[in-house]
Amino acid sequence: MTDSVLAMAFVYLLAAVVCVPIAKRIGLGAVLGYLVAGVLIGPWVFGFVGREHHSVGHFAEFGVVMMLFLVGLELRPSLLWQLRKPIFGLGGAQVMLTAVVVGAVAMVLGAHWKSAIAVGLIFASSSTAIVLSTLAERGLLKTTGGQASFSVLLFQDIAVIPVFAVFPLLATIAPDPALAAAASDGGRPAWQTALMLLGAVAGVVAMGRFVVRPVFQFLAAVKVRESFTAAALLIVVGIALLMQQVGLSPALGTFLAGVVLADSEYRHELETDIEPFKGLLLGLFFISIGAQIDFGLIGSEPLMICGIVLVTMAGKLGILWLLGRLFRLDRPGRWLLAFSLAQIGEFAFVLIELGKSERVFSPGFAAPLTAAVALSMALTPLLFVILERWVLPRVSLGEPARPQDEIAHADTPVVIAGYGRFGQMVGRILRANRIPVTILDLDPNMVDVLGRLGVKVYYGDASRVDLLHAAGCGRAKLFVLAVDDPAEATKIAEHVRHHFPNLTILARCRNRPHYWELRKLGCEKVFRETFGSAYETGIEALVQLGYRRYTAQRLARRWRDHDERIIEELGKLWGTESYLERSKLAMDEAERLMREEDPAVYLDRDAAWDNESLRADRKVDAAAARPDP
Amino acid sequence: MRRILVLFAHPVLERSRVNRRLVDAIRGVEGVTIHDLYEAYPTLWIDVAREQELLLANDVIVFQHPFYWYSTPAILKEWQDLVLEHGWAYGDGGTKLRGKLTLNALSTGGPPQAYEKGGYNRFTIRELLAPWDQTAYLCGMKFLAPFVVHTALKFVGDDVVPKAAGYRRLIEALRDDRLDLERAAKAENLYDELDSLIGAREVA
Repeated sequence: MTDSVLAMAFVYLLAAVVCVPIAKRIGLGAVLGYLVAGVLIGPWVFGFVGREHHSVGHFAEFGVVMMLFLVGLELRPSLLWQLRKPIFGLGGAQVMLTAVVVGAVAMVLGAHWKSAIAVGLIFASSSTAIVLSTLAERGLLKTTGGQASFSVLLFQDIAVIPVFAVFPLLATIAPDPALAAAASDGGRPAWQTALMLLGAVAGVVAMGRFVVRPVFQFLAAVKVRESFTAAALLIVVGIALLMQQVGLSPALGTFLAGVVLADSEYRHELETDIEPFKGLLLGLFFISIGAQIDFGLIGSEPLMICGIVLVTMAGKLGILWLLGRLFRLDRPGRWLLAFSLAQIGEFAFVLIELGKSERVFSPGFAAPLTAAVALSMALTPLLFVILERWVLPRVSLGEPARPQDEIAHADTPVVIAGYGRFGQMVGRILRANRIPVTILDLDPNMVDVLGRLGVKVYYGDASRVDLLHAAGCGRAKLFVLAVDDPAEATKIAEHVRHHFPNLTILARCRNRPHYWELRKLGCEKVFRETFGSAYETGIEALVQLGYRRYTAQRLARRWRDHDERIIEELGKLWGTESYLERSKLAMDEAERLMREEDPAVYLDRDAAWDNESLRADRKVDAAAARPDP
Repeated sequence: MRRILVLFAHPVLERSRVNRRLVDAIRGVEGVTIHDLYEAYPTLWIDVAREQELLLANDVIVFQHPFYWYSTPAILKEWQDLVLEHGWAYGDGGTKLRGKLTLNALSTGGPPQAYEKGGYNRFTIRELLAPWDQTAYLCGMKFLAPFVVHTALKFVGDDVVPKAAGYRRLIEALRDDRLDLERAAKAENLYDELDSLIGAREVA
């Protein structure tokens, strides 16, 4: 058993590792790469996977659930509210119109009217998994067309609830007594189902608001990273389970949970914890779709299946384009909406299974539908290629082909890592000047306190590259590295410099070697953490000893300029020598500092106000004293 | 009795030969507030509200400083730029300084002859002080002639004593309203004409 699991994992991973980079390289996108990988390892090419792909498929569907959770995390409730019109207007119109048109065509082709309605509803859905990940991959999610597509997909997910309820009413075949008995527990009265739905939704919202935060606070305080990841997964799995129990789409439920948690200070942490799982499982999902394509059936009925696929996709595309026009999307947006949602979604597989079990149509009727759905999904990445290569360049004459990716969440100009005594001062000065900052800190108490004060602080380890991404380092202008631990600071500086080469880093350092280390890593400016206060103390000491304040200020400033020059010069030598040479260097350094700070050399340089030379200047005097004629 | 504010600006008082003696001469005189600007604002960060309060609380504003490059040390320019706000010191509603007296008390390196049309510095001190004259005018203040101590660099020993005494005499006369303001406004150097300016008033 273990053997076969490992072997399967190997096959899936290998296929992904081989196909995805190739597909991406030749510009077809990762999704198509996964699909091709699925086809290759599927029963029709190499046959590495066959019977068991069904269970893999179920497992992989969880990738979709996770993806919607992440999408929810990006969508604050306020933003969701802004989208209510496209969701219900555009989304509603798309589902209705598509269902009606597809149903009508099915009836014309001789299907029973009930089966026709079912087919219409099945074909109305689009693939959340493929579309969202493709849009995200190509940076189109925040464009008008991307937002519209997202809204429609969201409505389709919501629409699943009534569709589930309607299907049993569409039965066309006499009940099989055995199946009827099995399905009997599903026969709750409608009001009870509705109540359970409401309860589940309320439960998710309440949990997000009142349970998750304290639990995470506790976990953060314990400081075991795995438990945090486990908790994040637990949330997603738990909600999916709950939703399945009450007959809601798990994807919809986790999406809702994501929205509730979008305002939480643990959002970035959740994002970075779930992201890798989502990526892998989603890949698995696409592979399993590829493996599911029944080339045998397509081979035996090529005309019918290709006909279904092409007519359906063309029809959906046309309807979407018309709706895009009707809802006043800009021209590239219209085309993006139409091309991205033209396929039939993975949810169709579930509905087709349901249709069979609810006796809406026969298995013989369903088989070509399943093949058509898989094929249409496989064609989607190709549609995107057509859209980007041939359609968009033409429709967007003059205007930019791709509206800029707009700000989603942590898009502040400044990211501050470490919000202790040091980072706080920097943050407060910036905030006092209305410069929004994103703060990363590892102290749960700090995160909590500041969170209560309305400051957006995120709990997380800034040395994790994925967290840096989530915090918006890709778009920030400035990175303030203010963490306390020198080794940690060096690690973060390395990562930031490597992954975000254009980001300016201002860093706090512990001592001189640390200063040089950070400078070498490319931090623009490095500040010795106690320098400022020691400097002020030095000035005050001079003042207390009777120096004029302005003079003390200038003397200290001169010393400082000199000190800063020296540290930079020594830094050039530092790190190039062996340990022995370095310690000799340290001695030289100390000696040089002492010599340069010798008062005889150092003092009395205020040449600007040096009136001694003026006093001695006889020429000035003679000229000045020259009597007037 | 007039209250007098001395805005004192010297970046290196440690090396001063004249200004330190002058300011020492008026230290502790009743009705006189000495405000050492470089000591109060070593980073040139000026507390505008506090400065305006001081101005409101006094009737005579004396700017005491060495004459650097025919003008004042930098902090006095910063002080002017920040404290003399529009709507407060001048312009619409800017009447807060109206009626006050103002003058510069300064030391120069060169002799009096240098500050003449054909002299080394080509302009008279009063001509060089035109920006201060006009500033006072715009703020509705009466601009008096400067109190000038020439050849400050040449002073040795007790050379400065009579100057310091004269400075004190001027300040006390201003305080007690014993100075002929009309003539003081037209003079070249208050120090040179102290006797006649104060005497005339006393006779009258």
